[in-house]
Amino acid sequence: MTVSDLDPRLIAEQPGLAGAWQGFRRRLAMGELGSLPVVVGIAIIWVIFQIANSNFLTAGNLTNLVLQIAGLGTISVGIVLVLLLGEIDLSAGAVSGLAAGVMAVLNVKHGVPGWLAIVGALATGALIGLVQGFWTTRFRIPAFVVTLAGLLAWQGALLYVLGSTGTINMTDGTITGLANTFFVPLDAWLLAVVVTVAYAAAKLWERRQRAAAGLPVPAMRAVVIRIVVLAVLLLAAAAVLAADRGLPLALVIFVALVVVFDLIIRRTRFGRHILAVGGNSEAAHRAGIKVSNVRMVVFMIASTMAAAGGVLLASRLFAVNQSSGASDLLLNAIAAAVIGGTSLFGGRGSAYSALLGALVIGSISNGMDLLGVSSDKKFMVTGAVLLLAATVDALSRRGRQAAGRA
Amino acid sequence: MPADTPILELRGVSKRFGAVQALTTVDFTANVGEVTALVGDNGAGKSTLVKTIAGITTMDEGEYRFEGQEVHLHGPQSATTLGIATVYQDLALCDNLDVIGNLFLGHERLGGTRLLDETSMERESTRVLHRLAVRIPSVRTQVASLSGGQRQSVAIARSMLGNPKVALLDEPTAALGVAQTAQVLNLIRTLREQGLAVVVISHNLGDVFQVADRIEVLRLGRRVASFETAKTDSDEVVSAITGAKSGDEQLPIGDEADASNGATSGASDVEVNER
Repeated sequence: MTVSDLDPRLIAEQPGLAGAWQGFRRRLAMGELGSLPVVVGIAIIWVIFQIANSNFLTAGNLTNLVLQIAGLGTISVGIVLVLLLGEIDLSAGAVSGLAAGVMAVLNVKHGVPGWLAIVGALATGALIGLVQGFWTTRFRIPAFVVTLAGLLAWQGALLYVLGSTGTINMTDGTITGLANTFFVPLDAWLLAVVVTVAYAAAKLWERRQRAAAGLPVPAMRAVVIRIVVLAVLLLAAAAVLAADRGLPLALVIFVALVVVFDLIIRRTRFGRHILAVGGNSEAAHRAGIKVSNVRMVVFMIASTMAAAGGVLLASRLFAVNQSSGASDLLLNAIAAAVIGGTSLFGGRGSAYSALLGALVIGSISNGMDLLGVSSDKKFMVTGAVLLLAATVDALSRRGRQAAGRA
Repeated sequence: MPADTPILELRGVSKRFGAVQALTTVDFTANVGEVTALVGDNGAGKSTLVKTIAGITTMDEGEYRFEGQEVHLHGPQSATTLGIATVYQDLALCDNLDVIGNLFLGHERLGGTRLLDETSMERESTRVLHRLAVRIPSVRTQVASLSGGQRQSVAIARSMLGNPKVALLDEPTAALGVAQTAQVLNLIRTLREQGLAVVVISHNLGDVFQVADRIEVLRLGRRVASFETAKTDSDEVVSAITGAKSGDEQLPIGDEADASNGATSGASDVEVNER
């Protein structure tokens, strides 16, 4: 493969740091923005709220913020997977409510131990996902309709499970501990260092493997810059969390799920198959991928993640009630995935968009609460931000199309 | 198997879809190191024949021999197992994946940790593309950003990963520009030089004459003619495709068909199977 006499528009990245910078600028010009717009967006939102209320960027409030987004973000991770398939799951909110309801009833009314009640909630989610996935693939009904039916049905099921009680309060230490446990400040620092070292080791090992195989390797300086950026981010987060109550368990769970699913999407056969089905399901089918199985498993994972999010939300609230999982939870979870940069059209996106999108939505909600803005205005602003994010996505798509990369 | 046995041989293949007799006792052969073009008008039965070879449709009657042995295909997988690779017209590529992702789609390699072995796949991709003399900017490029010819090359390269013995290419140059067509035709020649039996289905006689060693003509479900490219010209082939030569129910249309009518009459080295 010679690089000469290539179409100059398609020239590969030049080696070295200058090449990496050039490549970055070219991708930017062609509309491959990645997570840059949303990171810039978060920065702008934070600056605005900090100017409006100096309490916004305090350790205490930022700790509250991450606690607020853990449940929503966890649901959004599942939504990202479904969107990657080019499908949608409208039942996620209702499933999160029902799963939390099952957990509460098992634990409080039937005396099931907390951990087993949590397992029961997750199993409920998995079963629902299996049923919805089966219905979608077996009868070829659009997921939109099947999960819309689910949205109604599981809301009803929550009311049925709760019975006449209406609200169930939970005191079980395992359940409430999920959202109310903080590791001592030292742990936050330790985790930041461990993760950075692990990342650096993985990157350098990968680079050595590629070099040993005679493949082009990224510039050493570019690798070092990535490691340093990650270290700075993690240490800053550790500093903020350590200055308040410490490292919240809920944040560890949420971020761990994001990292694990990012690994699954990018580096496993199953993840590759999800992207293939989302990109061109006919091609995936012809390549021997069992498309129906991939769809079914993804719906199962999505509902399980919805259940996990419901458990985190209930743990934070110490209760499950008839409106658990209702209201704007579902729409915020979908909005988070889209704001984070996952395409609604399938095949493009990342697990990190759940984290970034949830940060945007959480920051807006948290900031306006601080300012005492009423929920009518909150809804309108969140709607405007979603529209803005979708517009950025559409414009960058157009950029890709213009550059022949649609 | 004796050296002169065709690697792929179909004898007396008939296929009926409801009221339509798609193929009537068609014979077809492909030889190692040879490019066989399959030409014919729309509805002549090219697609049905290709699908039969690829194991997608089963024949009603006829014999399927591979390397001299009679075989019975059960679905496309058994054709692939025999060593018959098919590249369809719509390529079936995932635009959102990079070249490596598409080359190994459905056959991803795993490392010791059950994660994708990107290093090994990248090395193999580079090797295959290099062997086929395919030029793309990087194996990490998203397929969406490749040109039509490059996409076709990637699709063909993918079918080569299993080291097949026969390559079936359905309209490989359709909708390609001049330079891209040349690129794909070169790739077809490379496949032939590497000892594959190549079958090309095409509408474009210009391309056919550039790469094919043999031209098989289908018309209305029958194999009506078989030419050696070196000993024929496009007028002769056109008249076989349109049926202008035999003076049957279809009248010559326009000047071109008239001309071919005259050109064919003197040909003696052409095997014509009009029934």
